[in-house]
Amino acid sequence: MSLTTEVALTHISRRASSLLPLLSAVIVGFTVCGLIAKAVGLSPLLMLTELIKGAVQGPQLFETIARAVPLTGMALAAAIPLRAGIVNLGADGQMVLGGCAAAIIALYLPAPDIVRLLVALLIGAGIGGAYAALAAAGEILANVPLLLSTWLLSYPARGLCGWLVRSPLRDPITAWPSTHRISAGVRLANLIPGTPINQGFLLVALAAVLIVFLDRRSSVGYELRLRGLNERFARYGGVALSRQTTWLMFVSGAMAGLVGAIMILGSQFRFTDGALTAPQYTWSGVLAALLAGGEPLGTVVAAVLFAALQTGGFAMERSVEIPRVLTMVLESIIILFLSMRGAIWRRGR
Amino acid sequence: MTGSFLNAAFFDQAVLGITPVLLAALAGTLSERVGLFNIALEGQMLVGAFAAVAGSHFGGSLASGVFAAVLASTLFSALLAFGSAILRGNDIVIGISLNLLAAGLTSFLLRSLFGVSGTFSDSTMAALPRLRIPLLAQLPVLGRALGQQNALVYLSWVLVIVVAIFLARTPWGLRIRGIGEQFDAAVTLGAKATRYRILVTLAGGALCGLAGLQLSLGSLTLFSENMTAGRGWIAVAAVMLGRARPLAVAAACILFGMSDALGLRLQGEGLPNQITDSAPYVVTLLALVIAGLRERIDAARVVI
Repeated sequence: MSLTTEVALTHISRRASSLLPLLSAVIVGFTVCGLIAKAVGLSPLLMLTELIKGAVQGPQLFETIARAVPLTGMALAAAIPLRAGIVNLGADGQMVLGGCAAAIIALYLPAPDIVRLLVALLIGAGIGGAYAALAAAGEILANVPLLLSTWLLSYPARGLCGWLVRSPLRDPITAWPSTHRISAGVRLANLIPGTPINQGFLLVALAAVLIVFLDRRSSVGYELRLRGLNERFARYGGVALSRQTTWLMFVSGAMAGLVGAIMILGSQFRFTDGALTAPQYTWSGVLAALLAGGEPLGTVVAAVLFAALQTGGFAMERSVEIPRVLTMVLESIIILFLSMRGAIWRRGR
Repeated sequence: MTGSFLNAAFFDQAVLGITPVLLAALAGTLSERVGLFNIALEGQMLVGAFAAVAGSHFGGSLASGVFAAVLASTLFSALLAFGSAILRGNDIVIGISLNLLAAGLTSFLLRSLFGVSGTFSDSTMAALPRLRIPLLAQLPVLGRALGQQNALVYLSWVLVIVVAIFLARTPWGLRIRGIGEQFDAAVTLGAKATRYRILVTLAGGALCGLAGLQLSLGSLTLFSENMTAGRGWIAVAAVMLGRARPLAVAAACILFGMSDALGLRLQGEGLPNQITDSAPYVVTLLALVIAGLRERIDAARVVI
């Protein structure tokens, strides 16, 4: 059977190092989206100008930065295993579990505020990581492909949290199923007054720097890249693949859980069913990681660009009523084009 | 006890749950056999579901909905055929981006064509009519489930047999299996691998179009965003559980449909639906784990 979870992405990552294919993919993406917009009677030119204006003009730039924090986090969550050729499609569930756990700790742990905040972040990341590691155990012990198990595990995780905020944890005042509001002392502080940028920015930036450093300068990163290039060679070279899969998935899930916790403690202040998954950071993150072939720095750049697209999308929807979900179409067309282009290039050799 | 719990409605619900997954899993089976790993089933199905509603709404008839579903999903799968069969790009990357493209595109069109987000329903649209099969319909308990379904449900059962015979007993089936199992040998013997892969991918698209049609017009008449809800992935799991043998794949789909119906039944018993909705995914995971463990044990026995 050809059912393997390993992905030979090396041809994409090599491609990402030169800008020309990337640029052509972006142009193709915008062209196709323009045509789609035109087909349903919307103006492609208006789409483009509103999208760009909405992403970078004035205070919108801060909005983009704020959006880039969770998106970069989710992109790194996807990129870490992708570097070794493993796809984690369950980051939605890991993020929701992390966010829900963080909300519970922040609300109910009998401890001083600062302890509650730190424990909430730690447990949020830990739960997300443990849940992702469960999928790794499934592959190691029972050959269940990670591609399937991560995706399928997402549903019970979201279901459980959805039930928790409907029954035992429900704040009866709110119209939407959500927990009580987290008190001001247990929140991540705002960094720049008047903007939505909070300390979560520092946490994700720190994580990004750490991951880039480990990827480039440590033996752990070397083994990771080795596996991504050639798994059999990595095994032959003495990389303990099972152990690597387990901690890779743990770190990936922990990153997703941390993003969930940051979103709850930094901007939403209560866990509301569906609120974490609604902005689709997970999927933009997966696409950003695919765009960079899992290379961490490239992933961060792609994630920031996609965050700008999302912010622009919101502005576009507000001002000219073009549905913002078109930005998701744009992102997937870019990846689709790149993966096909990569294949053409490979055949041409 | 069983009379009240496993009643006619339970089995009817199970059959309704089985059908879209079964159709998509047949598409996945064909792909698997020709050596392609199709994880875009979810997206293909979603495109079909949307096109069915759009076609039926704008075309004004059920027939236009059926036509639109099959056509749109087949066209969408042409992207997969181009990337995966012709260019031999990475199945997984192409599959993931196609799934997200389908989700984005259907949401976008839902908003721009119908002006709604979330769910579009039109009460004037007709659902696929239920047909009454004389003898089957009179069975106790199972009568409604087996004898009063729409044409698509019966078609899906026939297609299981057709695909099984096609793969096992026809020269085309033999070539498809050859291409999937021994690519170089098949090509050396003159099998047109790329052509077969394109045709199989397009046929799979048509099957997924039917799966989507069943979802949006099978018993209800509505489209909601991401209404496939992972059924395409469960179909991928079913193909794996059944090792791409049509009858075994169908059995895996039945397992899924039963757990889907069981979830709904438990919800009727008062369990919260957020928990019971997870039943099919958890059952699928457990089935994968059990199958994997059994494989391990069997492998260990051979060594001993």
